[in-house]
Amino acid sequence: MTATAPAQKSNLKTALLAGSLAMAMVGMGFAAVPLYRIFCQVTGFGGTTMRVSEAQASTIPISSQTIVVRFDANQRGLPWEFKPERPTDTVSIGARDMSVFIAENLSDQPIKGMATFNVSPAQAGKYFNKVQCFCFTEQTLQPRQRVRMPVLYYVDPKIMTDPDTKDIEEITLSYTFYPVDQPGQGS
Amino acid sequence: MTTIAANPADHHDHAHDADHKPGFFARWFMSTNHKDIGTLYLIFAITAGIIGGIISGMMRLELAEPGIQYLSGWASIMAGKEASLDEAYHMWNVLITAHGLIMVFFMVMPAIIGGFGNWFVPLMIGAPDMAFPRMNNISFWLTAVAFIMLLGSTFVPGGTGLGAGTGWTVYAPLSTSGSVGPAVDMAIFSLHLAGAASILGAVNFITTIFNMRAPGMTIHKMPLFVWSVLVTAFLLLLALPVLAAAITMLLVDRNFGGAFFDAAAGGDPILYQHLFWFFGHPEVYIMILPGFGIVSQIVATFSRKPVFGYLGMAYAMVAIGVVGFVVWAHHMFTIGMSVEMKMYFTAATMVIAVPTGIKIFSWIATMWGGSLSFKTPMVWALGFIFMFTVGGVTGVVLANGGVDDNLHDTYYVVAHFHYVLSLGAVFALFAGFYYWFGKMSGRMLNEFLGHLHFWVFFVGVNLLFFPMHFLGQQGMPRRYPDYPDAFAHWNEIASLGYAIMGVGVLIFFINVFWSLMAGRKAEGNYWGEGATTLEWTLSSPPPFHQFETLPVIK
Repeated sequence: MTATAPAQKSNLKTALLAGSLAMAMVGMGFAAVPLYRIFCQVTGFGGTTMRVSEAQASTIPISSQTIVVRFDANQRGLPWEFKPERPTDTVSIGARDMSVFIAENLSDQPIKGMATFNVSPAQAGKYFNKVQCFCFTEQTLQPRQRVRMPVLYYVDPKIMTDPDTKDIEEITLSYTFYPVDQPGQGS
Repeated sequence: MTTIAANPADHHDHAHDADHKPGFFARWFMSTNHKDIGTLYLIFAITAGIIGGIISGMMRLELAEPGIQYLSGWASIMAGKEASLDEAYHMWNVLITAHGLIMVFFMVMPAIIGGFGNWFVPLMIGAPDMAFPRMNNISFWLTAVAFIMLLGSTFVPGGTGLGAGTGWTVYAPLSTSGSVGPAVDMAIFSLHLAGAASILGAVNFITTIFNMRAPGMTIHKMPLFVWSVLVTAFLLLLALPVLAAAITMLLVDRNFGGAFFDAAAGGDPILYQHLFWFFGHPEVYIMILPGFGIVSQIVATFSRKPVFGYLGMAYAMVAIGVVGFVVWAHHMFTIGMSVEMKMYFTAATMVIAVPTGIKIFSWIATMWGGSLSFKTPMVWALGFIFMFTVGGVTGVVLANGGVDDNLHDTYYVVAHFHYVLSLGAVFALFAGFYYWFGKMSGRMLNEFLGHLHFWVFFVGVNLLFFPMHFLGQQGMPRRYPDYPDAFAHWNEIASLGYAIMGVGVLIFFINVFWSLMAGRKAEGNYWGEGATTLEWTLSSPPPFHQFETLPVIK
């Protein structure tokens, strides 16, 4: 005696439930990509810097202690020259600092690029606040165009009290430009 | 097309002839019978195990002494021309990748879930077959095709040389921008297929166990092996889709200009590690939990006592399964995580030692005061308990985030996971094989050869893997084909251990072939009064269709 009709129906129901559980986990797997990004943006995990408004930035007390910020700029897959104006800045913790990066399109075509970023050591991410950054939006450079791109940032004074970060004397802020709209780029 | 076999009336026609078997091709290539599919899975797993085992033999041969002795030659044979040193090193990566993937996906999982699970879950719960026999067939053949895909990948370019050399973890960016060529794509497709097969199998097991238990067989009366397969099926269902998603993203990154794991375009390779280990950690329990179930049956049988603390044993497995999903990042302590995260993952990992300890304790308590008989399966089960405990202890050492900073990716880790898997899962597999071989084939394995196999294998694997603890503590990194002379001594001992283990495996095959030809005929319940589960109420081998009248459990 094998499965009768009602038994088959209930088998099918269990199998569908189990199958949808598996499908839901596939969805969870892909949902992990945006969730992970949000997690990094909120917690500063992996050296993700914070984004703050002008108003928030003006309330920060300025400390007498200084910290060295080193700038790194590189590009992947687009014919740009991209470098910081100065390699390092020594800034007071809590004080706003403007740093300038220079990008030049070496090709004869307009190219749209986007910069990805983070800081090292990774623990410093949640205390590195950007008020303005060229990395917030896509940048289009006309042929042979050279632009100066500013970053306005400050280091949160809480970095001096967090046991994970109070020993940090130097933070490296790194940008990598990569092309967007790759398919259209060749035409 | 589904109506013919699915029509209950069709089966009633055959009810008077439970042992009617289809012809050879229909029986073995179009099989829908859970016992035949189980047999196919076991043959498949043994074949894959031989291939994976030969690969590990090649690695032990190369590692037997410092320097590169054989790799260049093998790489030249594969490439059909003189191979460069880089191609030889790539060959090493291909070997470790193939060994890992084959042993995990094509040896342990098919044997312990597909083989023993298919054979004995329906028998133990008093069901006539699996809930979806045709899906069962698909699961098996998908696994077979997946295996062929993986083997085929070694013959196509994979970047530096032939084959996929990414490690079984397939970490980006080595697996994306680091491995140009179709080999890694083929390996990823192979994982997709094997994963799909396992998910279908898991759906089948869950439906069978929930819906097709004999009257009176409540959830809390199910044999522990059935419990273990049930928990494993849920782990498969929750973990494998995440792997599928992760490796699909790898494919997108590799072939369609994606940047999920490309840091230079806004992605993050660490995300791949998170996704992989969210699957990878439950995966190790997928491999070991059915082993727990097998050992529980065997210890109870040869102690002639019901297992001690049955409910505790069942829910310990559930607890291991649940906690197993929230500890994954202990595989990635060195990615630069914060101290708090390390503390959490250290603590959560150690919590798993509690339900595992309950299981070890209950096995010992089952034997305590029992009427013990040390037949071959019992010896293997005892070997399992001993080995698994050793592996568990080194696991607690490695669970410490601070200690792991030192031991990460050293041979200490290799020793640890071979103690729990190669000596844990494999000992459980051999235990199950010796326990059920008579039931499956109708012939008894030879006791003397079984004991000889055990002792030779036991000495061999311990000689093989124990020195790896020393090598790891001295800092020998894993995944390298060469090492400084300081590591030569223990590597030589380990390779000697491999040879002894190889002799043990040879004894096993002699035993199997001799017993199939001339073994003593097995009666229905050849282990006597200790064997109380439903499969022992049937003949050996059981009829082609069993439980035409469902058994009633009191």
